[in-house]
Amino acid sequence: MEFNNDLLKSLVRTFSPSGNEERIRNLIVNEIKDYVDEMEIDTLGNLIARKKGLGKRIMIAGHMDQIGLMITDIDKDGFLRFTNVGGISPLLSIQQRVIFDNGIVGIISNEKIDDKNKLKLEHLYIDIGAKDKKEAEDKINIGDVCVYLNEYYVDESRITSGCLDDRIGCYVMIETLKSLKDTNNDLYFVFTVQEELGIRGAKTSAYKINPDVGIAIDVTKTGDTPKAERFAVGLGKGTAIKVMDKSVIVHPKVKDIMVDTAQKNNIKYQMEVLEHGGTDSGAIHLTREGVPSGVISIPTRYIHSSNETIYKEDVENSIVLLKEVLKNKFDF
Amino acid sequence: MNIKDFLKELSNSTSVSGYESNITNNIVNVFSKYSDKIDYDQLGSIIAIKKGVNNFSNLKIMLAAHVDEIGLMVKDFDDSGTIRFTSIGGIDPRTLVAQEVIVHGKKELFGVIGTTPPHLQDKDKSDDAFKMNDLYIDVGYDKDEVKKIISIGDIITIKRNFTELQGGSVTGKALDDKAGIVTMLQCAKELMKLNHEADIYFVSTIQEEVGTRGAITSTYKINPDIGIAIDVGFGRTPELDKSQSLEIKGGPGITIGGNIHPNLRQKLVDTAEEYNIPYQFEVESGPTGTDARSIQISRAGIPSLLISLPLRYMHTSVETIHMEDIKKSGNLIARFISEITSDNLEGYLCY
Amino acid sequence: MLLKRLTEASGVSGNEKEVRDIIIDEIKDYVDDYEIDKIGNIIVHKKGMKNGPKLLLAAHMDEVGLMVSDIKDSGLIKFITVGGIDKRVLVSKRVNIGKNKIPGVIGAKPIHLQKPDERKKALDLKQLYIDIGTYSKEETEKLIKIGDYITFDSDYVEFGDNLIKAKALDDRVGCSILIKLLQSDIEYDLYASFTVMEEVGLRGAGPAAFKVNPDISIILEGTTCADLSDIDEHLKATKLGDGPAISLIDKTTYFDKELRKLLVNVAKENNINFQYRKTSVGGNDSGSIHLLKEGSKTIAISVPCRNIHSPINVMNKLDYEDTSKLLELYLRKIFEGGIK
Repeated sequence: MEFNNDLLKSLVRTFSPSGNEERIRNLIVNEIKDYVDEMEIDTLGNLIARKKGLGKRIMIAGHMDQIGLMITDIDKDGFLRFTNVGGISPLLSIQQRVIFDNGIVGIISNEKIDDKNKLKLEHLYIDIGAKDKKEAEDKINIGDVCVYLNEYYVDESRITSGCLDDRIGCYVMIETLKSLKDTNNDLYFVFTVQEELGIRGAKTSAYKINPDVGIAIDVTKTGDTPKAERFAVGLGKGTAIKVMDKSVIVHPKVKDIMVDTAQKNNIKYQMEVLEHGGTDSGAIHLTREGVPSGVISIPTRYIHSSNETIYKEDVENSIVLLKEVLKNKFDF
Repeated sequence: MNIKDFLKELSNSTSVSGYESNITNNIVNVFSKYSDKIDYDQLGSIIAIKKGVNNFSNLKIMLAAHVDEIGLMVKDFDDSGTIRFTSIGGIDPRTLVAQEVIVHGKKELFGVIGTTPPHLQDKDKSDDAFKMNDLYIDVGYDKDEVKKIISIGDIITIKRNFTELQGGSVTGKALDDKAGIVTMLQCAKELMKLNHEADIYFVSTIQEEVGTRGAITSTYKINPDIGIAIDVGFGRTPELDKSQSLEIKGGPGITIGGNIHPNLRQKLVDTAEEYNIPYQFEVESGPTGTDARSIQISRAGIPSLLISLPLRYMHTSVETIHMEDIKKSGNLIARFISEITSDNLEGYLCY
Repeated sequence: MLLKRLTEASGVSGNEKEVRDIIIDEIKDYVDDYEIDKIGNIIVHKKGMKNGPKLLLAAHMDEVGLMVSDIKDSGLIKFITVGGIDKRVLVSKRVNIGKNKIPGVIGAKPIHLQKPDERKKALDLKQLYIDIGTYSKEETEKLIKIGDYITFDSDYVEFGDNLIKAKALDDRVGCSILIKLLQSDIEYDLYASFTVMEEVGLRGAGPAAFKVNPDISIILEGTTCADLSDIDEHLKATKLGDGPAISLIDKTTYFDKELRKLLVNVAKENNINFQYRKTSVGGNDSGSIHLLKEGSKTIAISVPCRNIHSPINVMNKLDYEDTSKLLELYLRKIFEGGIK
């Protein structure tokens, strides 16, 4: 399998903070349109792409939104104040460059503060180089959103970039779709919105689809860095099969199918027991009368920073695992 | 089956949240004697349906007690072969120190929860509580051997046998909320002697301890006219204030608050008065921490009630309850159910 | 006066009956269908000649308050809070308890008897109790039951430059605007819900939206306002007198961009004052509504209220009028095809 750097690069460079997923959705539509039978965009903006089959309805979900910042105030000197769209860390934000949909670039800096531990977003501002309020207002409106400016770095084994959460999940889904010739199961690939705001898009799209099984594709953290919180997932140790997180306890039968599939196909995998966080399966599995759901995770260091880091090998294993898992009958 | 024996059977078996299917058969076997049909939601909640008499308007009353119990899960291994773990549901790490456990791998392994011995700890830290990360499980094998049997994600339970204390008190693990399931059984038995119009759905809900998840899916499936959650409440001990605890042997705790339908609650109180069943009140202003939380806001809204069984030492492995409270709660619910008809329900539901 | 009646009625979350009765009385002659659903929401349909998207207007009936949790042998009453109340606002207040509105006071240990350290600490709920002038448990129990709801004793007062002080402006102000709208002779086909238990977790709105299944919802609220003293400009969530506050994002919803832009355009075209709600804290019924079933689009328009969740909410009448006006013009725009 050839790693599709160009695709991943364009995915992570596309501006689409939560609630503003139009651009990434268009990109994905173009990328997959030849590989699916039908596509639909629902009320909240989820992209639902179906590859038809006669078997079980399976919803595969990866979120296409990214964390960002929303402007709430413009002061008389042209500085912008903001609130978070998703999990933005004040400490990681200082001296970050941000970019708006219209290409305007700004720098995040902070008011003088004595104790950095007490830093909150309200102490930060964005400098877009405007000399006064009027000049700033010509470029930016209250309610506009921006994201960290992103640089994509790749070497033999590793990729470092912002926004891998969860464009790498989208990548896995797109590449899986391309490699699937035909399918027994009825597959709904859903590129969800507003995951970073509380797993919102998955909730409404799962209600609409009413699947028999749900599989989310998302990043997970790692425990393999110096003095990291103890966590058995590491980079380069394979795709991660989730057992549980705060949002879902993976249905044992779905977990078993994933593990069996990995073992039968010699796919390198590791088990994931995550004590914080959640993902799209958290919403999917509680839809209507319940949907047995699982998660395939891509181990990622430094999540929600501009330097999210993954191993290509783990991504490739995730694609193979997803592809093979989807061949199962899911008779339970 | 005798209700105490059933409680013993359930308490001694394993059903950590997400892994309840282990005791599905125990429940089905017992409830099928008192119901007409067994069904499930897609996540594994068990639904035993007892048909009513002349139920022309398809009246449905749902009872919910959760079948899952809190527990532990393997999250990593040390080089020494000891097992690191996390909790499923809310567990106070201080109650885990020096416990015996069963690790449910390819086979069941006995183990003990160890900590750094006192003489090797900093003296000034001896007042600090142990955290989950300070604890580990020793199953007596080295890492290679352990990993042949145990995988990350395997379930761990406290090894604890149900036993009887004095005068009808019993103790064991996971009486929260297996005592609730036994209360449903008591209610079902009692209903064999009474007439009821409504179809009764005895639901053993899954995954309550991690967010009332089985109540969400099973209520959606059933869409009942009334939902009654049965869970445990804080049994009174010296350190608990009267306003936040229930007296042991004081009878069912009847919850008052926004989560509860006021008129149906009054009907429950009236029923208790009528049949001389002792009861006590529990006050909760917002959504309760029980299945009733999710039942009430399912679909277009479900009038809900909550019965709490007084239970001491909640979420430890020495939970203690009195059989008398279980029996009275089951009887009260049965009486309440037998008095609800399609004719009078509309009146009760009127705001 | 409607707003006076609404704010002086008791409607602590879970016990909205008084408010519900007033609302039904006000609207019943002006709407085609109304029902009280199984958890106490009022769901209304006002049929209109003009059809557009299926529109739901939502305001919540409930208010924050207290609830009786125990009666002491001394006859004093212990209580718990219902909804988000800062315990520091409670001491030295008058309250009304239960259906019969038995008056009581929340007292405190005299300052003379408090040690210097004690005075620096906020009084905890455990230290507070209500005195209704009875001196034994038996006496109190004749008047009060465990579970009785308690409201602040605070009447409706007009003062200053167009200001109103009352309790429960959050969200009787939304109820009032919605009632007036339903009473008017608009020709649009509308659904409205007056919801229960917003203050304890947006509980009522979900079931209401499940029933109506709207395309678009407009949430009418009283929202937090911090515009006095020396607070930084960018931290002033809203300002009194600057017009209706339009929500951008909060803890429960990223409000629909297209609906928001249209609303802003309507305000600008008609020279109506408006402001953005500059904070993302808090949430409202939209959080439940927009994720129900297959999802729907929502927007929130709020009247700024100072000292929210206390007995002394303060709002500006002009903001109220502007909100009402903006809402009506916005509906016109929507039904003229402003939203596809």
